[in-house]
Amino acid sequence: MIAGVSTEFNPPGPEDFQLPPIIPGVDWFTKPVLVAGLSVVLIVWFFYGASRKSAIVPSKLQFAGELGYNFVRNSIARDAIGSQDYMKFVPYLCGLFFFILLNNVAATIPLVQFPTFSHIGWAYSAAILSWVIYNGVGIRKHGLLGYLKLQTMPAGVPLWLLPLMIPIEFISNIVVRPISLSLRLFANMFAGHILLLVFVLGGEYLLLHAGSIALSGVGVITLLMGLAIAGLELFVQCIQAYIFVVLSAQYIGGALADEH
Amino acid sequence: MNALELSGNIAVLGYGLAAIGPGVGVGLIFAAVISGTARQPEAQSKLQSIAWIGFGVTEVLAIIGIALAFVFRT
Repeated sequence: MIAGVSTEFNPPGPEDFQLPPIIPGVDWFTKPVLVAGLSVVLIVWFFYGASRKSAIVPSKLQFAGELGYNFVRNSIARDAIGSQDYMKFVPYLCGLFFFILLNNVAATIPLVQFPTFSHIGWAYSAAILSWVIYNGVGIRKHGLLGYLKLQTMPAGVPLWLLPLMIPIEFISNIVVRPISLSLRLFANMFAGHILLLVFVLGGEYLLLHAGSIALSGVGVITLLMGLAIAGLELFVQCIQAYIFVVLSAQYIGGALADEH
Repeated sequence: MNALELSGNIAVLGYGLAAIGPGVGVGLIFAAVISGTARQPEAQSKLQSIAWIGFGVTEVLAIIGIALAFVFRT
């Protein structure tokens, strides 16, 4: 092989997520912002188009829209919140689900290939929105003290355990939930993207720069494995959007639950 | 030349250790779903939606591990 050409392999890291601005000089306008904006436009267009001409015999677009909406409404919202007051939260959960789904799947779409939620700020804001909503509806229904009692004093706990239970339950139900919610989504997208980078960059390095035929063969296998990982990631992206919305609905349902 | 020269960071090793527990946990969840479905196939959809919630709660431990691996990498 040619000596002198830099043959050092640089493993991918968090630096690879610092994308340059699309328009030079406008620092905030990076790829994630563009992808998120496009996804909002796409969702609005899709659901507006699907619901504009409602017919008894649905068109293909209306059918697809109803399929997605029914999925969120029946198998996420109604199961988790209960059939009494789930309808209020369906618009939020539906919008949240499709926003996260589209932004996650963008990591697999060629030419886009960047998960918006691998920048943690996006995940934080989505989780804070859910946190405000579930605490807000809980406080509105039970009052501040009643809500705190609901969240921190599980029914059936003996009295002498309460000094131990109340701090634990408060931390786990009020403090940690938004953190775990955002961290789960962020780290899955982040780790998935890094995994893909490792396979693709490592495969390219082995194939072209490693310097022996055997290693080039390994590089081909690595690149093929990268394809398989991309398929796995597509699955993980859909699952993470689902889990985020299911857990949001669960928290809302828990905050609305009547005391036993 | 050393026969075995390792470089890198021990935080990555720590992440590997931290992933064992959630790995076992996720395995247990889906083992329960599989045997539950085998016993009662009509309950599959219900079992699956519960399983994904449990999966999310268990998996977050590994996820916290990977976040901390980057935090302590410096």
